[in-house]
Amino acid sequence: MPALTSQIAAVNRNRTLRTYSLLLLFVFLRPLGNLCLAWGTKHFPQPLAADPFIYLRAMLHPFVALGIVMLILALFTRMALLSLADLSFVLPVTAVGYILATLFGQVFLHEQVTARQWLGSVLIFLGTALVGSTAQNTTAYGVETE
Amino acid sequence: MKWILLSIVVCATAVSDILQSHEMKRAGEHSMGARGIVRLLKTVARRRNLLLSIVCLAVSFFAFMALVQATPLSFAVPASAASFILETLLAKLVLKEHVSARRAAGAMLVLGGVLLLAR
Repeated sequence: MPALTSQIAAVNRNRTLRTYSLLLLFVFLRPLGNLCLAWGTKHFPQPLAADPFIYLRAMLHPFVALGIVMLILALFTRMALLSLADLSFVLPVTAVGYILATLFGQVFLHEQVTARQWLGSVLIFLGTALVGSTAQNTTAYGVETE
Repeated sequence: MKWILLSIVVCATAVSDILQSHEMKRAGEHSMGARGIVRLLKTVARRRNLLLSIVCLAVSFFAFMALVQATPLSFAVPASAASFILETLLAKLVLKEHVSARRAAGAMLVLGGVLLLAR
């Protein structure tokens, strides 16, 4: 019995470690991807409109392409994350990425970020800390066999 | 125009997230190793709701591309997080996730922060 208990504890520890590793990867991939995308589209000479050809041309811009690759990787990371933890846990915790995006906007794109906007960032941190201390998975989904 | 683009981003993201979370829970745990990614791609190809979630994500992404070009990154990214409250609500109503008072309070703080950032 003690062996079984320690095995279950090890599985839970492994799951928690995987969840937090994926979380960390996602938190950095998305804002970096957004930064590349913003940099690329802002340096693209034409405004993006309903014309799909302008979109296609913009997607060939190196920074836009790099941003898209990073965002696709972030999407896969998040899908794996969602198989481990609740959406209502994943969403607010990954909000830290929004603060990083604001920081990147200020530092790399020289955008003006007001004190009010930074107050917003502090609120987001408080919110994420609160949500991060709750259980990760509360649903009892039946996994379908393949 | 920026508000129309933002509305498209928010609604398409919410629908995509709900579909994705629902289907991935049914598909079982996935990892991000080489084998994990192949299995993930197979799962995406096999499940209609996952494909639909990717279509919604594409719509959201193209609207976001136009938004991020026309507005500052420090507006476009936080403003698009306005989808949080809609998604937390849908997680409770559609996915039947247990959203505890603590989680709800956290999500509300995040939303308050996002609104301040967006102004």
